[in-house]
Amino acid sequence: MALNVTDLRVYYRTLRGEVKALDGVTFSVADGEIMGLAGESGSGKSTLAKSLIRLDGRMRHVGGTVELDGAAMPLSDDDAMDEFRFRKVSLIPQYSMSALNPTRKIGRMVGELLDSRGERPDRAELERRLELVGLSKDVLDRYPIELSGGMKQRVVMVVSTLLNPSLLIADEVTSALDVSSQKAVATTLLGFRDRGLVTSMMVVTHDISLVYQIADSIMVMYAGRLAEKAPADVLVTAPRHPYTQQLVSALPEVGVRYEDRRLAGIPGSPPSLLKPPGGCRFRDRCPLAFDQCAEQPPFAEVAPGHLVACWKAE
Amino acid sequence: MLKLDGVSKVYRVGAFGGRELKAVSDVSFEVGEGEVVSLIGESGSGKSTLGRMILRLASVSGGTITLDGRDITSIKDRKEYYRQVQGVFQDPFSCYNPVFRADRVFAMIKEQYFPRAGADEWRKRVEGALESVRLDPGNVLGKYPHQLSGGQLQRMLIARAVLLDIRLLVADEIISMLDASTRIDVLNLLADLRARGLGILFVTHDLSLGNYVSDRTVVLRHGKIVEMGRTDLVFGSPAHPYTRSLLASVPRLHAKWTDAEMTDAVEDVPCAYHEAPQESRTRPGLAEIDSDHYVACADKEKA
Repeated sequence: MALNVTDLRVYYRTLRGEVKALDGVTFSVADGEIMGLAGESGSGKSTLAKSLIRLDGRMRHVGGTVELDGAAMPLSDDDAMDEFRFRKVSLIPQYSMSALNPTRKIGRMVGELLDSRGERPDRAELERRLELVGLSKDVLDRYPIELSGGMKQRVVMVVSTLLNPSLLIADEVTSALDVSSQKAVATTLLGFRDRGLVTSMMVVTHDISLVYQIADSIMVMYAGRLAEKAPADVLVTAPRHPYTQQLVSALPEVGVRYEDRRLAGIPGSPPSLLKPPGGCRFRDRCPLAFDQCAEQPPFAEVAPGHLVACWKAE
Repeated sequence: MLKLDGVSKVYRVGAFGGRELKAVSDVSFEVGEGEVVSLIGESGSGKSTLGRMILRLASVSGGTITLDGRDITSIKDRKEYYRQVQGVFQDPFSCYNPVFRADRVFAMIKEQYFPRAGADEWRKRVEGALESVRLDPGNVLGKYPHQLSGGQLQRMLIARAVLLDIRLLVADEIISMLDASTRIDVLNLLADLRARGLGILFVTHDLSLGNYVSDRTVVLRHGKIVEMGRTDLVFGSPAHPYTRSLLASVPRLHAKWTDAEMTDAVEDVPCAYHEAPQESRTRPGLAEIDSDHYVACADKEKA
């Protein structure tokens, strides 16, 4: 198992108290697995992605463990985490366009970055990887301002994977792109895994239909907890959690004639995570809710590789 | 109702405005009453520029935009125009002043347009408008923007437009920032407003949303119309290679990209524009290949 997360809790400190953005999350990502992580805003998906890289000042690691390739990651120790970053676990940030140092040429910036990790830059390998994403080696002699947004995005993708990390986290990398570039970026990610440049991948997104295209499995989060994890095909065709079911059926598609047929949204809104209610957090919006839902359902395996946190999913 | 005729927009860019950038060139289409027209294009296609020109937020460089036959740039009284045409934009969070309560947007409408309305009468109107966008007045009135969700804020902006008895709503990417579970509610709301006779110009880059909500579709590329017409025709039998490639790139839930690639390979289709008989070229640069289905020439772009 590449990544094992056990009962991870990460809270945000705010003036009004602690926001339980990640409240007991247990899952694993296998070697070679591309896992899509989907959820609405405030579901904790970005918090989960960030926690595995770096906790910012407001975030506090309250409990739980993370193991990557058998080694425990010291989430709350910023310095010790440096051993893992870039080498073992790497991130493609949401706004790749602004992730590059504007005062350095790309080549020099990459050199300095590798130097800071005590690695020798391998020019030939770098050029080969740029070629993989469709960039010529000339970009190494250019400043970021000379590149288009899509080119910068691809530069960042190359840089993030330069040391062949075990786990690559792509945080909403396609959200700001046009459909044709979305497809290009998504297939590049797939190519990284297929060529063995990264072992496993977590693709964080709010767009289930996009992540379905490349992911082996999809995990859905709701209000700081896991709702469902299943192989990608199963999750979109036969979801078991009522939240996933409603979410998937609320997505309009091309190639479908709607005429006067209406899709339905999910009434209500997610609970506040300052003082989240006990039991299942989807209870108030759930059409199937019953008495037992006052108790938190376990994230249990209902079929091989299919885990659901719902009492009705047995 | 709204008619665009040969509309273009030129921006001056570069140092001292030395270069010209043609953002929109020679675009003509109509939006009728009770009709949703979606304007689809990638970034830089000029779709937002068109929306801004219709809202008179940007000047028109060429061609005319008319509302019921009147050139909108000749309407001196902007208030009179905005009584009929309103816009809602992408980011509901930045449309509100965080210092004030969110319902201040309604009070500003009252000050500007209905200064003589009585307090009771006005409250009834606001509540009516909120109910028409399926918001519970008790839940949203008196709240600050940070206490409301994006979907609620966006619907309040639509309610604000509805208060004015508008006839045309320009909705520029109004869904993009919303979560999947609330998106569909806002889309359904647009369909309700259409049933009340409102014309809606739905500007979006998301083809699946356009397919769901609109009666007619206009596909833009580099400021030009490449294909337009009835939504079922444009999405069901796209004639322009650009439209086809867009549709092939859209991620779908039950079909993977790899399944579609097989059909992509057959790209040697003759240009639909040239195949069409001469007399079907009723609009400049477009041929009508089916009833209300227009396509531009594809060969010109290859050259």
